[in-house]
Amino acid sequence: MARLELTSSSPEETERLAGRLARRLLVGNVVTVSGELGTGKTTFVRGACRALGIEVPVTSPTFTIGHRYPGNPDVSHLDLFRFKGVSPAEWGDLEPYFEDAICFVEWPEAAARVLPPVRVAVRLSHVDREHRTIEVESDDRQLLAEVSGDVDARV
Amino acid sequence: MEGSNQRAGRLILGIETSCDETAAAVVTPDGRILSNVISSQAELHARFGGVVPEVASRRHLELVVPVLREALAEADAELETLDAVAVTQGPGLVGALLVGLSAAKAVAWANRLPLVPVNHLHGHVASLYLQPEPIEPPFLCLLASGGHTLLIDVAEPGGFRVLGTTLDDAAGEAFDKGARLLGLGYPGGAAIDRLAREGDSGSYDFPVARVHGLDFSFSGLKTALLYTVRDLSEDELERRRADLAAAYQRAIVRALVARVHEAAEQNAASRIAVVGGVAANSELRAALPEAAFAPLPLCTDNAAMIASAARYTEAVPFPGYLALDAYASG
Repeated sequence: MARLELTSSSPEETERLAGRLARRLLVGNVVTVSGELGTGKTTFVRGACRALGIEVPVTSPTFTIGHRYPGNPDVSHLDLFRFKGVSPAEWGDLEPYFEDAICFVEWPEAAARVLPPVRVAVRLSHVDREHRTIEVESDDRQLLAEVSGDVDARV
Repeated sequence: MEGSNQRAGRLILGIETSCDETAAAVVTPDGRILSNVISSQAELHARFGGVVPEVASRRHLELVVPVLREALAEADAELETLDAVAVTQGPGLVGALLVGLSAAKAVAWANRLPLVPVNHLHGHVASLYLQPEPIEPPFLCLLASGGHTLLIDVAEPGGFRVLGTTLDDAAGEAFDKGARLLGLGYPGGAAIDRLAREGDSGSYDFPVARVHGLDFSFSGLKTALLYTVRDLSEDELERRRADLAAAYQRAIVRALVARVHEAAEQNAASRIAVVGGVAANSELRAALPEAAFAPLPLCTDNAAMIASAARYTEAVPFPGYLALDAYASG
């Protein structure tokens, strides 16, 4: 696994970064998005969705557990905040969201043992009110290069 | 005997399984609730600190038949004497929705009844059309719950038009996550509501993002609370917890109320109504004294509202509904 660490100074920047990542994704890819409350996980997924052509509001699925946005391809957005582990029955409910879609999973820790192979693992953490550290892990070095490229150019 | 059958023969059975609650209800065509059974998981939530032991359709599967039986028994109704079966078709978790939808199809098909597929959001609005104090469109409706925050223009009881929605967190979720940050119990909305009464809402100023149009945004507010809490020592947090709850609640309520008033003005709405779990919040109720609020038992997800919405929704005649599918969003 190769790893990249970046700093975002605004929600807009987090969305842009996610957008660069999204453009490398394919149907069936799973992206986990970890981090404490308020680090910008949903913001990250929103940025990725926008880059993938999803135009409807991308909202937190904490209560609804899953959203699936129709597109080309579909984008699924899961949130396992309310889960404590994932039982086989629960996996039965979640599995359809992974089929024929790019799937983002917030609070993936509960499903660590049942998730399909993860293409990219993203971790956001607090620095201060404005700044967040964004770690991106993937086997795909070209994807990481693409995610980082624009930031280097701008900084 | 014939008279009672005639009454019973026109009943609507409602079923709702879109999220956490397994619910069934029996409602008359004129909107009287004969039974409204909700297998609330709130107790379980509390025991596991806000995390459900199992968030799965299997839970609905275990509960749907007992809940159905209880709803029929309480209403003194029989399956054979129903007029229609109403069920939430979406939006929600597809696996959960399918449990209710399958149960509804089975009951309707076995009794050669029509089936009425209901939109969950329409259901919340239709909680206002039930007895004893039904209100009639047109009105402007705020639907605020854990999963949804919408401003809705309701011109007639069969439909609704969305004017604005949250762009990130729902208002109920903002309450819940705020409660978590403050170390309060579950359900978070009720915990903040209670504690806020002891606090000074002016002691902190939590800004709520102004977004375009009639949409909402609560994610920044949650983050503002997080950073305020992080800057406090344990002792300070203990001392200021009620103040934080009061100021945080005020910020959410102000944001909701401001948008409601803007929407009412833009749409020349003569009447305002509030539905969904957040409609139970005491400060929101006080801040909109002119509004009609859903009765407290009908604020959270329930099946009476689904049966109510069915009264204004086209039924699918027997047996054309067997292939009907649930939908996740929209």
